[in-house]
Amino acid sequence: MTLIGTSVKRVEDKRFITGKGRYTDDIVLPQMTFAYFVRSPYAHANIKSVDISSASEMDGVVKIYTGKDIAESGINGVPCGWQVDFKNGDTMKEPPHPLLVADKVRHAGDAVAVVIAETYAQAKDAAESVMVDYEVLPAVVNAKAATQEGAPLVHEDAPNNLCFDWELGNPKAEVDAAIEGSHHVTTLDFINQRVIPNAIEPRSAIGHFEGHNDRYTLYTTSQNPHLTRLLMCAFVLGIPEHKVRVVSPDVGGGFGSKIFHYIEEALVTWASKQIGRPIKWTAERSESFVTDAHGRDHVTKAEMGFDKDGKITALRVKTYANLGAYLSTFAPAVPTWLHGTLLQGLYTTPLIHIDLEAVFTHTTAVDAYRGAGRPEATYLLERLLDTAALEMGTDPAELRLKNFIQPFDGVTQEGYQTQVALQYDSGNYHEVLHKALKMVGYEDFRAEQKAARENGKLLGIGFSTYIEACGIAPSAVVGSLGARAGLYESAQVRVQPTGKVSVFTGAHSHGQGHETTFAQVVADKFGIPLEDVEIVHGDSESVAFGMGTYGSRSLAVGGSAIVKSIEKVLEKGAKIAAHKLECSAEDLEYAGGKWTVKGTDKSISFGDISLTAYVPHDYPTGVEPGLDFSSFYDPTNFTYPFGAHIAIVEVDKDTGKVTLKRFIAVDDVGNVINPMIVDGQIHGGVAQGIGQALFEGTIYDESGQLLNASYMDYVMPRADDLPNFEVDRTVTPCPHNPLGVKGAGEAGCIGATPAVVNAVMDALTPYGIHDIEMPVTSQKVWNVINGN
Amino acid sequence: MVPYKVSYHKANSVAEAIELLNKYEDECKIIAGGHSLVPMMKLRLAEPENLIDISGIEELSGITETENFIIIGACATHADIGRSDIIKKHAPMLEQATNKVGDVQVRNFGTIGGNIAHADPAADWPTLLLAANAKIIIQNAEGTREVDADDFFQGLFSTDMEENELITAIYIPKSAANRNSVYRKFPQPASRFALVGCAAAIEVRNGKVANARVAFAGVSATPFRDSGIEKALEGRNFNAESIEAATSNVANGVSVMQDHFANEKYRRHLAGVFAKKALTDLA
Ligand SMILES: Cc1cc2nc3c(=O)[nH]c(=O)nc-3n(C[C@H](O)[C@H](O)[C@H](O)COP(=O)(O)OP(=O)(O)OC[C@H]3O[C@@H](n4cnc5c(N)ncnc54)[C@H](O)[C@@H]3O)c2cc1C
Repeated sequence: MTLIGTSVKRVEDKRFITGKGRYTDDIVLPQMTFAYFVRSPYAHANIKSVDISSASEMDGVVKIYTGKDIAESGINGVPCGWQVDFKNGDTMKEPPHPLLVADKVRHAGDAVAVVIAETYAQAKDAAESVMVDYEVLPAVVNAKAATQEGAPLVHEDAPNNLCFDWELGNPKAEVDAAIEGSHHVTTLDFINQRVIPNAIEPRSAIGHFEGHNDRYTLYTTSQNPHLTRLLMCAFVLGIPEHKVRVVSPDVGGGFGSKIFHYIEEALVTWASKQIGRPIKWTAERSESFVTDAHGRDHVTKAEMGFDKDGKITALRVKTYANLGAYLSTFAPAVPTWLHGTLLQGLYTTPLIHIDLEAVFTHTTAVDAYRGAGRPEATYLLERLLDTAALEMGTDPAELRLKNFIQPFDGVTQEGYQTQVALQYDSGNYHEVLHKALKMVGYEDFRAEQKAARENGKLLGIGFSTYIEACGIAPSAVVGSLGARAGLYESAQVRVQPTGKVSVFTGAHSHGQGHETTFAQVVADKFGIPLEDVEIVHGDSESVAFGMGTYGSRSLAVGGSAIVKSIEKVLEKGAKIAAHKLECSAEDLEYAGGKWTVKGTDKSISFGDISLTAYVPHDYPTGVEPGLDFSSFYDPTNFTYPFGAHIAIVEVDKDTGKVTLKRFIAVDDVGNVINPMIVDGQIHGGVAQGIGQALFEGTIYDESGQLLNASYMDYVMPRADDLPNFEVDRTVTPCPHNPLGVKGAGEAGCIGATPAVVNAVMDALTPYGIHDIEMPVTSQKVWNVINGN
Repeated sequence: MVPYKVSYHKANSVAEAIELLNKYEDECKIIAGGHSLVPMMKLRLAEPENLIDISGIEELSGITETENFIIIGACATHADIGRSDIIKKHAPMLEQATNKVGDVQVRNFGTIGGNIAHADPAADWPTLLLAANAKIIIQNAEGTREVDADDFFQGLFSTDMEENELITAIYIPKSAANRNSVYRKFPQPASRFALVGCAAAIEVRNGKVANARVAFAGVSATPFRDSGIEKALEGRNFNAESIEAATSNVANGVSVMQDHFANEKYRRHLAGVFAKKALTDLA
């Protein structure tokens, strides 16, 4: 029986499809109250006064807290989990982010007060009657503008709105000289626009304090409940961790936005103790738009030098990264260690330098969003490559093949050391591109394109060959880079007396299908039916510890921890089996759910051994009863999935509308446990990446108002915007984890965006246009082709 | 997203609905499909104290015909209209529009009466009714009155209707123009309402345009017929040349809306493109 590598249907889908998922907002507790936050309509303003007198009198109001109450209570703001220092060694600016602000609001949506009432509607009604007197101040929303002389300051103690500056790579002077001496230099000045994660389930949190046993429970929409517990207990509320249970039940999508510890979680937990009743808060969609951490938002100038043979000589990057008004949990890591480190791409570029300024603005906080830094790096590189090909009149596929790092397996050949701190594990970059070119029928396409052009039709093809650092990752490494937490994963494999298996994992599924994929691994390794395995996650009371799910790390790190525990179970099982079969453990082999004495037909089943372990009457001396093992797995390196994406678009001259005709994705995510789930992850990621290329993006006005804060105006990609994706893969196993897996969660989103934009630019070559700012909307395209 | 407190009343007949309208005066709103009103209430942009539900009133449902008219009940849903053979035969543009309104849920709930009463400038039906030369039947305590679509739409979310009135039906003439009609729409990519929509009904007699009605959605705060196009076509041969000439200066003199999806110039241009597409379909 091999389950690994087969497209087992997702076991969790039965409850999801039948509407029986249990999300945070589905939880109803006795005596529960409801919270509604009073949020600033302004991006930057002094709070002159907050008057709660009439609101307090309204029907159903239980309690109202203001920023002043929070300040007086002595509880802290939410912390940042990653520290990046200035170039000169100074610590980054880390302004407080209180649960409710008392004196000044710093982005539209900043929380000023919270109303707790008997019903949600009553809380909302009363919140509208909380009178806040604001003195409105000028705001700044663009990261580069924020660093200029005279820009309004977000935090008084962060001059020029600088949180930190940072650089990585080869000595700047060497890179400068190489760029200067290059035969050709391609330059792009662009904005990688801010996008909103838009998980379908809004954030929600229920705080429940039980006085009789002095215990708190927080139910929350979190991608990593244990980290939320740690941050909230140790840094915000100062309450003992063992008194707090954090449950993250079914979660309807996160895309990064639910990794972070948010003020609302701590507020409902704290306030529940004050009022002695449970408190539920669930974001309205309009609230999600302005309070869920956003993604991307870089202002970048990138220059790539080439020699006369088209070999890349150097890459020089200057980026202003917008962090928003406050530092979200992982915000400093995203534009730095998850972005600067990926600027090698798949290429042998000998000299690379990035100079970065991380900047506060009067906008919603920015943090990891599917891909987190890696899509920004990929966009930068892949746009440069296609633009350079256009400028130099060479073929973009050829240009890539010429510059690719040669294949290496990471076992017999060493990993590839980049100029920007990483060592790639294994890769065969030529193969993914060759495969994608074959799928697309490249030569035929170019002929078709030529014919189309002669008929006045605009067809274009765009490439993107990407690499990502996933399986985040070795604790010592991330610690040296500023992480304030380790990034291992834990797993407990508990074999029940009847041979059924419960697995407790610190990874958290919010769409990824862990209950299926993990179970496939466990069932296969034990040789038992899939139905005999249960995957438990998302509850700090049942799962020992966990670092959660993001950075495509669940299987590579969490799955590896499970494998470690499985190995321990089998090792102990073998001792018990040896006793029962009267042989030595070395004489046994395990296969098909039983231990067999090599070369004989004497065997004993997994179920028998499980029962023996719990009913140890006839039992080896010196062996403990029970069959239950925990492991922590800390990888030795990141994993490095890679791939080649190709988009084909047609541009309608009359309307400027871009129609995506085909999308080809060849990804190498290492070994594959469930191909259907991997394909699903790729499909979703590609759709999201296309979303950024063609549709999505925040529109802030100068005063800091988010103008498209609803689905009437914020364009999400939809099924009818997308062609049938043509996906395939190559398999280059990860050499350093036991499953050989690399991670598939972000690949689609990282690869797709530049492929689509490149395709539009290729279609527009007759007009000599080389860049259009994302999202590439119909209006923008029409404007440029009409010279507006 | 919760509305303010609201009381709900179910009307079982038109008479009862009118009675309730007069009882609650300006403190009530009719609810039909709820697919414009409820979102407004949830966003707290509308705060009726009383809702009068007309969705179950038998007299307001269904699509029937007389010798000269198709009669669409005010509570006919987009989906009802899309399924009607009468519509298909006599006014194909109406059927085409139903596939372009919202999504399946919206089409199963939203009604034509609610859509035109709401008078969203980007909605599809107002423009279609202008092109179709429809009559809107309105009832109040005194009786019924009939308003031409041309006179019904008065501005942004504003119509020729009083608060105590009810739309009961829409009359679509069985005309040669309506039989030769089409709707083309360029959806706003987020809302999928019309960034620009063009409805055209053209009667061609002896190779010449005898009667042209061409109307636009999404272009201006009020849906409008483009008399420039209509006049340019009437009496001419209906061909590529006359269409090109007629659509060269669309929405002339009309104040054009702007938003971040389309500034004035682009929107005007799109109106021209879609007018040309629509007319070309019919020629
Ligand atoms: C997601 C979504 C997408 C949509 N996309 C489109 C689209 O692409 N194109 C488009 O045209 N529309 C679109 N709509 C709007 C939709 O068509 C609405 O259903 C329609 O506009 C209103 O009809 P209703 O029956 O739902 O009216 P309701 O919401 O019940 O009422 C709307 C207004 O009309 C009044 N009213 C209702 N019936 C009558 C009556 N008989 N007499 C007098 N007043 C009445 C109500 O008091 C209220 O003021 C969309 C809506 C949604 C939610």
